[in-house]
Amino acid sequence: MTQTDAQPRSLNMIEAINEALDLMLARDPDVVIFGEDVGYFGGVFRATAGLQRKYGKNRVFDTPINECGIIGAAVGMGAYGLRPVPEIQFADYIYPGLDQLVSEAARLRYRSAGDFIAPITVRSPFGGGIFGGQTHSQSPEAMFTHVAGLKTVIPSTPHDAKGLLIAAIEDNDPVIFFEPKRIYNGPFTGYYDRPAEPWARHPDSAVPEGYYSIPLGKARIVREGEALTVLTYGTMVHVASAVIADKGIDAEIIDLRTLVPLDIEAIEQSVRKTGRCMIVHEATRTSGFGAELSALVQERCFYHLEAPIERVTGFDTPYPHSLEWAYFPGPVRIGEAIDRLLEGN
Amino acid sequence: MTGAPPKGHNAPGLQVPEPPFRPGDPVDYAFLSIPPAGAQARPDELCAASDTHPLCLDMVRVLDAGNQAVGPWNPMLSPDVLRHMLRNMTLLRAFDDRMFRGQRQGKTSFYMRSTGEEATSVAATMALAPDDMTFPSYRQQGILISRGYPLIDMINQIYSNRADRLKGRQLPIMYSSREYGFFTLSGNLTTQYPQAVGWAMASAIKGDSRIAASWIGEGSSAEGDFHAAMTFATVYNAPVILNIVNNQWAISSYSGFAGAERTTFAARAIGYGMAGLRVDGNDALAVYAATDWAARRARAGAGPTLIEHFTYRAEGHSTSDDPTAYRSAHEREQWPLGDPLARLRDHLIALGEWSAEQHEALKRTLADEVKAATKEAEKNGILGHGLHHPFHTMFEDVFEELPWHLEEQATQAIRERRIKWPDWKEDEA
Repeated sequence: MTQTDAQPRSLNMIEAINEALDLMLARDPDVVIFGEDVGYFGGVFRATAGLQRKYGKNRVFDTPINECGIIGAAVGMGAYGLRPVPEIQFADYIYPGLDQLVSEAARLRYRSAGDFIAPITVRSPFGGGIFGGQTHSQSPEAMFTHVAGLKTVIPSTPHDAKGLLIAAIEDNDPVIFFEPKRIYNGPFTGYYDRPAEPWARHPDSAVPEGYYSIPLGKARIVREGEALTVLTYGTMVHVASAVIADKGIDAEIIDLRTLVPLDIEAIEQSVRKTGRCMIVHEATRTSGFGAELSALVQERCFYHLEAPIERVTGFDTPYPHSLEWAYFPGPVRIGEAIDRLLEGN
Repeated sequence: MTGAPPKGHNAPGLQVPEPPFRPGDPVDYAFLSIPPAGAQARPDELCAASDTHPLCLDMVRVLDAGNQAVGPWNPMLSPDVLRHMLRNMTLLRAFDDRMFRGQRQGKTSFYMRSTGEEATSVAATMALAPDDMTFPSYRQQGILISRGYPLIDMINQIYSNRADRLKGRQLPIMYSSREYGFFTLSGNLTTQYPQAVGWAMASAIKGDSRIAASWIGEGSSAEGDFHAAMTFATVYNAPVILNIVNNQWAISSYSGFAGAERTTFAARAIGYGMAGLRVDGNDALAVYAATDWAARRARAGAGPTLIEHFTYRAEGHSTSDDPTAYRSAHEREQWPLGDPLARLRDHLIALGEWSAEQHEALKRTLADEVKAATKEAEKNGILGHGLHHPFHTMFEDVFEELPWHLEEQATQAIRERRIKWPDWKEDEA
C-alpha cells in the first residue's frame, strides 16, 4: 500500500467512494464518470455528489436508461484512450449490459493481441438487506468471476473502498466493482433486530486523505485465529465477524476483497493452519463463488482439512421482499455451520 | 414499396415474413422502387435532421443508366480519385476471390467475401479522413484495403500463422488495427455500434476533430445495441456515422425479418430525430457523397447520421453457407442496381478516363499482387500446420499481467504438449 502522511478521518463508504472518484478525476484528465442519475443529482446513493459541479458535464454526466449503451459507450471511450468509470445504478440492472461486458470489454485485449484495451471500472451497488425486493438486492458476482478477462472487486470497509476503487480505476483491465449497499452507512452485523451501527464507531472507517491504493488480488486478514478459517467478502465480512465474536471462537477471518484475481496464498496459508474452512457469501448457493472457493480449498488443502468445508450462502430463490431475513445468510445459519465445523474438536 | 411485397398476409395465424423469391423461382424486381439518379435534393450538411427525412424513404443516386454522374449529390471527384476508388474495389474483389479459394484449398477455416458490396466499404472509407475511427462488421475488409493496410498482414491473420498480428486468436477476417483506425472485430453483432458512439463521445469530450463510423448489416439492426447506439448518438449529438449495409440477406433470413416489409432501414433515423440517408449502395459515387455529407455534418458538431446502403449480397454469407438452399440464383443477375465495380468502371470509361483494356490489365496486376502476398504469407504457415505463435501466448493478454491461475494452466498445457510430442521445445511454434 502506498499512503500519504495525511491524517485519517472517519468516513462512511459512500463518502470514501466519492473521495476516490473526486481524487481520480483530479489526477487523471482521461477519467470520465457517467450513468443514470450520476450527474446533476449525484447518484441515487449520492456516490457522485458534487462531482459534476466540480469537474463539469464533460467529465461527469447523466445517461439514458440503457445499460447496454452505458457499457458499450464505455468500451468505445476506452478504445479512444479515456478511462471510463460508468455506474450501473443497481447490480440487478447490469444484465442488459452483459454482452458488452462479457463478449467485448473482457476480450478486447485478448482478441486484438493488446491493440485495444478496456480500462473500465464498472461501479455498481449490490447485495440485499435493504428491503429492495428481487430487483434491488442481487449478488451476481459469480457471473463475472466466470468470465475470462474481467476482474471482480468487492470492498467491505470505507478504507478499502477508497483504496480499491483507486486501484481499479488505475487498472488497465475491466473491473467490476461491486459496492455492498447494505454497509454504505454502517457495518451491518446481520442482527437486523439490533440498532444500526454507524461507520464512525468502526476502526476501518478511518480513511486517510489524499491518494492511496490497495493492490487488486490481495486479501485482508480481518482477524487472526487458529480454530477455523472464514473466507468471505462484502457485507458478510461484518456478519461473520459478529457471529464469531458472539460465539467467542478463535477464527481467522479473511476478507477476500478481490475475487479475480484471487489471493490464493492467503487462503492456503490460513486453511493449512486451521484445518477448517467456512465460506460465507450472500449470493445464491448453486454455482456461487463459494463453489469455486470450496473446490480450490479441496484441491490445494485437502490433506490439512479436519472437517468438510462449510458453505453458508443465500438460498437458491429470487431475493424475497417480505421474507428478506429468512433468505439472508444471517447469524443462525453461520452459527450452525461453525458448530458443524468444530464438532468433535 | 421500399422492400419486398409482403406475401401471404391474409392467411390466418402468425404472419411470418417470406422473401419474394425462393430457389428456382423466376425473379422480377419490378416491385422495387428505384428512383432516377440525380433526382434527390441535397440539403445543407448543417440542416435540421428532419430536412433529411424525405431522403430516408427515397434513394440517393448519382450514376445514371448512361454511366454519367448527375445531380446535386455528384461528389465531383477527380479522375485520379475515381481510378483510385476503382483500384481499391478491384483489389478487394481479387483479394476476396483468392482468399475464398484458399479456404476451399484447406489453407484456413473460414472466409467471408464482400462481393457486390465493395462500394459500401471502399467509397465510404475514402470519404472519411484517414485518422477517423472505424467500427466495422465482418464484411468491411474494404476499409483496410482502402487505407493501404498490408495485404500480407491480412493474409497472415486469415491463416492464423506465426506472423498473425492477432497471435492466431481470432477467426479469419476478424482483423484489428489501431494504427489504421480499424476497431477489433467482435463476431457478436452490432456490439460495435454503441462502441462507435462512445468513441465519438470521447472525441467530443476531448475537443478532437476526428469522427467515428460504424457498419452493421440490416439483419443485425434488430439487435438491442442498435437502439442503444441510436439513443446515445442522438442524446449527445455524437460525431458518428452509423451505416446499415442492407444487402437483403442475413445468412438465410431475408431483410423482412429485420422489418423491411414495413419501412426502410434509413427511416429508423426519423423516430430518433437523427439525420438519415438512404443510398444506392452499388453506386460508389452516391456512397462517397452520402458519407462525405455525414462526415462534414459530424465534424461541424451538427450530429450523427444514419445511412442505409441499399445493396445485394452477391455471394453466400460465408464459406460455411450455401445460398442456393434458400434463395433464387436469379436474384444476383436480376438485381436492378447492378454491380458496383462495373458501374464505376463504366463511368470512368464514359468519361474517357479509362478503357476495357486498362481494366483487364489492372485486374491482372492486382491479382498478381494478391498472389504474391499470399505466397509470402504462406512462408509463415497456414492454419493447422504448426507454424503458429509460441504456445504460451495462448494465456497472455487475458489480463495485462498473468495471474497465478493462468500461469498454472499454462504450465498444464505445456506439460500436455510435452507428453504428446516429447521432442517439442516450448519456444518453438
